[in-house]
Amino acid sequence: MTELDFARVGDGMVSSSSTAQTIKLQINGAAHTLRIEPRVSLLDALREYLGLTGTKKGCNQGACGACTVLVDGERTLSCLGLAVQYEGAEIRTIEGLSVDGALHPMQAAFVEHDGFQCGYCTPGQICSAIGMIREFNSGLPSAVTDDVSASVVELSDEEIKERMSGNLCRCGAYVGICDAIREVLDSKVSQFEVAR
Amino acid sequence: MNNFAYSRAETVEGAISLLSRHANAKFLGGGTNLVDLMRENIEQPDALIDITRLPSAGINELPDGGISIDAAVRNSAVANHRLVRERYPVLSQAILFGASGQIRNMATTGGNLMQRTRCYYFYDESSHCNKRTPGSGCDAIGGFNRIHAILGASDSCIATHPSDMCVALAALDATVHVQSAGGERTIPFNAFHQLPGNTPHVETSLRPDELIMAIHLPPLAFAKTSRYRKVRDRASYAFALVSVAAALDTEGGAIRGIRLALGGVAHKPWRAYKTESAMIGARATRETFERAAEAELSDARGFVHNNFKIELARRTMVSVLVELADAGGVR
Repeated sequence: MTELDFARVGDGMVSSSSTAQTIKLQINGAAHTLRIEPRVSLLDALREYLGLTGTKKGCNQGACGACTVLVDGERTLSCLGLAVQYEGAEIRTIEGLSVDGALHPMQAAFVEHDGFQCGYCTPGQICSAIGMIREFNSGLPSAVTDDVSASVVELSDEEIKERMSGNLCRCGAYVGICDAIREVLDSKVSQFEVAR
Repeated sequence: MNNFAYSRAETVEGAISLLSRHANAKFLGGGTNLVDLMRENIEQPDALIDITRLPSAGINELPDGGISIDAAVRNSAVANHRLVRERYPVLSQAILFGASGQIRNMATTGGNLMQRTRCYYFYDESSHCNKRTPGSGCDAIGGFNRIHAILGASDSCIATHPSDMCVALAALDATVHVQSAGGERTIPFNAFHQLPGNTPHVETSLRPDELIMAIHLPPLAFAKTSRYRKVRDRASYAFALVSVAAALDTEGGAIRGIRLALGGVAHKPWRAYKTESAMIGARATRETFERAAEAELSDARGFVHNNFKIELARRTMVSVLVELADAGGVR
C-alpha cells in the first residue's frame, strides 16, 4: 500500500514486524526515506538518522518542549511520537523555517529581543510560538480565557504566557521570548508568513 | 524501550481483529502517555496498533441535543469545538487546563481516558507498587504522598487519576461507547474508571478485546453555567493537586440542579454525589455549599503529606460554587 514494508494482512489493516522497516517522511518540503525500527521516536529520527540536529532533546519525556516541531502546522512534541506514525504528514523543523537565507519573522524577532541565552530551548520555543499563533488564529481559547464560549479576540501577555507554558527556558529568557512573540503579533506580518 | 510490532489500523474491524492476534498488544493514540511509559519500561507491549487514522474522528450533534466525540479526536479539537464551548464550557476548560498546547494537539479523547497515574512510585521500577507489580506492596503509603488520594483509596494503592478532561466528563454524566468483535456496549462514565481495592492494576472496566469508539455527552441545559477550577503547584503545565468541575442551576435562590466532580483526589475522577444530594432544593448560599462540601469530605482520609488536600478540596468546592451562583445572578 505504501513504500513501507507493510504487508496487507486483510481486514483492512496493514501490519509490520518489529524489525527495521523503510519509511518515508516529508520534512521541510523534502522527502526522506529511512530504515528504522518502530520504537524510534520522531525526535531521534530527525537527529540521529537524518542529521537534523536543530531540534533538541531536553527531557525526552514531554516535560520541557525543547523537541517541538510542526506537524501539518500543529506544534507537536517529537520525543513522544514514533517516527513511523508521521508518514504522510508534513513535518517542519527549525531548519525549514527560513526561506532563501532570510530568517522567519519569528526567528528574526527572537534575535531582536534576545529571546534566548544559551539557545538550547530556542528551536522548540520558535516552532511552538509559530504553532501557538496558528492556534490563536483558529479561535482556540486557553486556560486563562475568561469565557471559553465567547471568541478570543486579543492575545494578551497573560494569554501568551499560558499558551507558551509547554516550553521551559532554564536561562529564564521568558521576557525576551514574550517580547519577540508580541512583536510578531503586532507587526502585521501576514498570517501566511507566520504560519508558513 | 523494548522493540514491538507496529501496525496502522484503517478500519475499526481491522483494529479489533489485530488486537486479538497478539497476546500483549495495545492501541496507540497520540502516544503522549504510552510512549513515555514504554520508554520507562513500565509498559512493555509486543505490538502497537495505531488507531489515529481510523475513518471517524469527528464531533457531532446527537438527536437528543447531546454530542458525540469520536475517540480519535484530539484534545485541542474538542476544546475548540463550537458545540463544546457553547454547551459544555466546563469540558473545554478542563482540557485547556491540562498538559501543554503541544500535548493537547497530540493526545486523543480515548487515550485521555486510558492514561495512567503519575504516582512517583509507579514510575520508579525500584519501588514497590501494586499497580505495576501486583502483590509487591505500596511505597506511597508511608512514603512521599503529597500528590496522592484522599478519597476511595485502599491499603493496596493511593494513586490518583491524572486527567482533567475526565473530571468534566464525570460531572457531565458522559457515556463511553466501546466495540469488540462481539458487538457494542455503553459504559456510564462513572463506571468506567475503577477504585483500587485490592486490584489496583485493574484501572478501567474496558475489557481486553474492546476499543473505545466515542464519548457521548447527554443534553444538560445548565451546563452552560459550568466551571473548571484547578489548583496546582505552578500556574500552568502541572497536574492537579485538587480540581473541581461543576455546573449549577438555580431558580429563585434555590438549587434546582448541580453537578460536581473532583480531580486529583482519587483513583478515578470523583463524582461528588453526596455534595449534590446535600444541595438539591437548598438555598444557594455559602453555608449550603460548605455543608455540601463537608458531606463529601467527611469520608476523606489523608496520608500525612497530602492531609492538606482535604481542606484544599473543601475551599475549592465552595469557591467554585459561589462563583457559579454569582454567574447565575443568584445568591
